[in-house]
Amino acid sequence: MSRLIRIGLRRGLIELRHTVTNVSDIFGYLFPVALLLGWLYLSRDDDVPGSEVSLGAYSLVSSLALMLVISGLTSTAQYLTMDREDGTLLRAKATPNGMTGYLIGKIVLVAGVMVITCVVTLAPGALMVDGLRFDVDTWVTLLWLTPLIMLALLPAGAVLGSFFQSARGAAILMLPVIALTAISGVFYAHSVLPGWVQGVSKVFPMYWMGSGLRSAFLPGEPEQRLAVAAVLGLWAVIGLALAPRILRRMARRESGSLVAARRERAMARVI
Amino acid sequence: MYYIFDSVLDMLGTLVDTPVMEVSDLRMRYGDREVLSGVEFSAAPGEVVVLLGPNGAGKTTTIEILEGFRMRSGGDVRVLGVDPADGGEAWRARLGVVLQSWRDHSKWRVRELLAHLGAYYAAFSTPDKRRPWVIDELLEVVGLTAAAGSVIGRLSGGQRRRLDVAIGIVGRPDLLFLDEPTVGFDPEARRDFHDLIHRMTDLDSTTVLLTTHDLDEAEKLADRILILAKGRIVASGSADELSRQVAGEAEVRWTQDGRRFVHSDVDATKFVRELFQQHGAAVGDLEVRRASLEETYMKLVREAEGS
Repeated sequence: MSRLIRIGLRRGLIELRHTVTNVSDIFGYLFPVALLLGWLYLSRDDDVPGSEVSLGAYSLVSSLALMLVISGLTSTAQYLTMDREDGTLLRAKATPNGMTGYLIGKIVLVAGVMVITCVVTLAPGALMVDGLRFDVDTWVTLLWLTPLIMLALLPAGAVLGSFFQSARGAAILMLPVIALTAISGVFYAHSVLPGWVQGVSKVFPMYWMGSGLRSAFLPGEPEQRLAVAAVLGLWAVIGLALAPRILRRMARRESGSLVAARRERAMARVI
Repeated sequence: MYYIFDSVLDMLGTLVDTPVMEVSDLRMRYGDREVLSGVEFSAAPGEVVVLLGPNGAGKTTTIEILEGFRMRSGGDVRVLGVDPADGGEAWRARLGVVLQSWRDHSKWRVRELLAHLGAYYAAFSTPDKRRPWVIDELLEVVGLTAAAGSVIGRLSGGQRRRLDVAIGIVGRPDLLFLDEPTVGFDPEARRDFHDLIHRMTDLDSTTVLLTTHDLDEAEKLADRILILAKGRIVASGSADELSRQVAGEAEVRWTQDGRRFVHSDVDATKFVRELFQQHGAAVGDLEVRRASLEETYMKLVREAEGS
């Protein structure tokens, strides 16, 4: 078993190395970060209406939530559909214990990409905006919050990914994700939204991620850490209960002729 | 030395072993359509079995059921003594599957991927079969030594296919499945591939099941050819046996006094002997032709589809 975990870890690290040395992948990670930093630069002197917190600091922290959702949820779904489409998943299935190794590898990859995204957002962002708090409490909060966010997002992303037949299809996920982010108080104070919209947004992890991250980085942010942990924990439990079952079902159906059929469809699209 | 020892062991094994594959009354239905209606065959250790048949005859369905990738509707199947529907990881480790490739793992390098996929098999080594294949040896065998450091997405079609074969055999399988392995090969790549299959069955006495459209390939590789048509095995045997089974007659052509003659006979040898006894040196340009595998195949398939 420990040998298998090592193989899976190595797989994840190899894929992580591939993605951070791939020019178009790097561009994909940095483009939203660059947009965000540009916007932070323009709004660096504004304050959040009715509070002492600078708008820049608020936006930076909230945007971390968006980056994490994109890299944790959407890209998990996209990796999965891509790997089905190009036959990587079938290859894993044809290898003894290959599916376990594949899953461990994917978790390492996604977690790695999430951490890297956070660092490249936070490091330059923290230099540009004022009013971020970095103390013991910040790090303690991050220590429990980050793994919980990963646990809430990864299985959910895998479940969502299994619903799509193609990677192009899975890209549609970006739309609801951005819509949900927009109503989750990421770009402006949550309290200005109509009550029912606030209610809807509180069902999804984005709002709670934003709230948790703000409580770690912003002074004077309302503390609702118990609720953050509870809601994210609930998402993690539901995801972890569903994901293995749905993935197993998806993998069971995988066969050479299915991959060939998808390849033909994809080729037809190219032509 | 090791290989000699290994093949002696395998030969001894062949004498006492049960069949590697046993299929009886295999049925597969998709809705109302019956794709396989009672497929029967078995394969002995070290045998190369080629599954031939027109498109839609059920070749891929059959091979996917044997690989454990597809659930059958009925019948009895044993692969390495196990029902593929309940095959565990140890069973899977003894199989090699050469998939039709597309672009999986395109960012990986050749050696990197082979070493990674090989690592899964290490836990399934046995005293007489060390798994996985030593990667350098494997690269040498499939002719990818020079491309070991190449990014897979940039390989040529032929190199990519060799890599697929290398992945299929990296765990030193007892049984190897190949589904239309040489589609899109140029003649040279095809010949290299045939050499590779021969080398594999000689070195490791691996049992091979492959599907193809290419009759020439079937004739070159197969110990036994199975012709699948309308969801059944309509004929089974070596290329020679098949043509005897179908045609029965051979065609004799010759010239005599500047004229051409053609004669069909069940016993062509006897006919030719008599021909020389009668006419001696007057006979020229002698040619004796048995029905080719192509003619045999066309006849068998047409018969099956007509019925």
